[in-house]
Amino acid sequence: MGSIDQSIHRDALPDFRNLGVILRIVCIVLLLCVFAALCQVQSWGGTFERFLEVVLPVQPALLLSLGALWAASDWLRRRPYREGVLLVAVLELGVAALVHAGLGSVMPDLTQAGPERYGVLALAATGLILYYFHLRSRALSPALTEARLQALQARIRPHFLFNSINAVLSLIRLEPRRAEVALEDMADLFRVLMADNRELSTLAREVELTRQYLNLEQLRLGPRLRVEWHVDNMPEDALIPPLVLQPLVENAVYHGIEPCTGPGVISINAYKSPRGEIHLVLRNPYRRDGAHHAGNKMALGNIRERLSLHFDAEAGLRTTVSENTYQVHIVMPYRTAAAQAARVEEALA
Amino acid sequence: MSPGTPALRVAIVDDEAPARSRMHDLLEDCAPDLSVQVVGEAANGRDLLELLERQPADVVLLDIRMPEMDGIEAAQHLHKLARRPAVIFTTAFDAYALKAFELHAVDYLLKPIRLQRLQEALSRVHTQPLPGIELLQQLQSQARRHLSVQERGKLILVPMDKILFLRAELKYVTIRTAERDYLLEESLTRLEEEFAERFVRIHRSCLVAREHIDRFERVAEEGGWRVLLRGLNERLPVSRRQQHVIKEFARA
Repeated sequence: MGSIDQSIHRDALPDFRNLGVILRIVCIVLLLCVFAALCQVQSWGGTFERFLEVVLPVQPALLLSLGALWAASDWLRRRPYREGVLLVAVLELGVAALVHAGLGSVMPDLTQAGPERYGVLALAATGLILYYFHLRSRALSPALTEARLQALQARIRPHFLFNSINAVLSLIRLEPRRAEVALEDMADLFRVLMADNRELSTLAREVELTRQYLNLEQLRLGPRLRVEWHVDNMPEDALIPPLVLQPLVENAVYHGIEPCTGPGVISINAYKSPRGEIHLVLRNPYRRDGAHHAGNKMALGNIRERLSLHFDAEAGLRTTVSENTYQVHIVMPYRTAAAQAARVEEALA
Repeated sequence: MSPGTPALRVAIVDDEAPARSRMHDLLEDCAPDLSVQVVGEAANGRDLLELLERQPADVVLLDIRMPEMDGIEAAQHLHKLARRPAVIFTTAFDAYALKAFELHAVDYLLKPIRLQRLQEALSRVHTQPLPGIELLQQLQSQARRHLSVQERGKLILVPMDKILFLRAELKYVTIRTAERDYLLEESLTRLEEEFAERFVRIHRSCLVAREHIDRFERVAEEGGWRVLLRGLNERLPVSRRQQHVIKEFARA
């Protein structure tokens, strides 16, 4: 899990224009004042009075700070995180000095302490608040990661969906039986796409799903699409994150087959190496002139993330482009559900 | 439609065979209300232009995403035909183009297509001119694969990779391939923008194809440079201002 967090989580200052952030800052500062009052006075009655005395000089500083941060929020958030923190600290020192000078003329007895004490207190409060926001964003980020993975996973090209439905419609009058099979394939495909895909699937299931997907593409593209499967020697029970193969094949069709009028071959190779690693190799024709790749990169990035989520550094994805072929090569460790269950039992015993 | 009106001649263009056959079915279903005659089918823009040479059509049902020549490019070439057919774009999904079509009131059909929508679009077809060339250029997601020129009423497609250089002459741009010249009515500046990857400007009035550059040669008496293109005897002058091109070429 750790490796994924880091790739996605980036330290950043909170959004000082967000109401939730402003309320949190106000609450923290008030709580600090309550705490200060509690420490200074022994009786409950006196605490409240002391609290009011403490809050009095803090209020203008707080309001001024919130205003300044609100104004500078966008600018601050564009800086690198460390620089941003430094700038906020400088800003708070400025506010403290300003409030000290301002209050000095109105209430001289409140400001006997001298500006440096104000500065230290302001810095301490600022540090505490920024640290709180830092921890908070850390704590929330795995949830964001998960949501993002789920969202990406469920993406299938609308282009494919609507063209496939259109192809099925064309079959209904003349070849109703083929239309039935096509709709069944589509149902299976979407069942997997819409499922909760956090658990590992097996290689055999992934291959089956990809076959169903390719049946639908075959319907649309006819002789333009040729598929070569080399999966006779694959270990069927190998665990694999779901929807690793199908999106890659979808990319291969979109970028390698559809832009050509002539027939093109997609070859899919799955095998276990002597070292006990699972290899998945996908090749498709490649055209240099296409203006694509944004979607392709997103899909590849997503698959890389999920591979490392499940297998950490043991899995890898490599792409190579040669004169007219594009190749994706995935290597991952050979794990099976049975082996994992055995390990759990061993640990329990 | 009143009896006696000639049938609307329709061409179907889609790279997917099932999509073409579906469109065929739908056009047959139009029969009682609308008299329609399918004059032909094509699997991409280039096949369409060939088809129209033999078989004029009143309206083209034109898919957008196709190999070889997509619908947007094909519509641009249609502008050069003497008898331009109306165009109804069809697409399964193309958010960007659809937004532009809405904005410019260009008719389009979303696949899967409903019979009623098809009938409406076909009955409106006489009031729908071919979408303007500017709009089509703006929708083009990649450079055209061909330039088209008209000669004696015929549309000729010149594939981009056959072109050695483009040179601006008084009113026209001359296209030069290994075999011959063609005259094109487009601006060199726009061509340079569109084909920046393929061509490089060596002179105020001349773009040469990068892939056909053989070498550069110094002309001793003038002190200037000339470029030699593969498959061409002519040497083209490189202007002083564009001499940085020679350095870039040497580096590549």
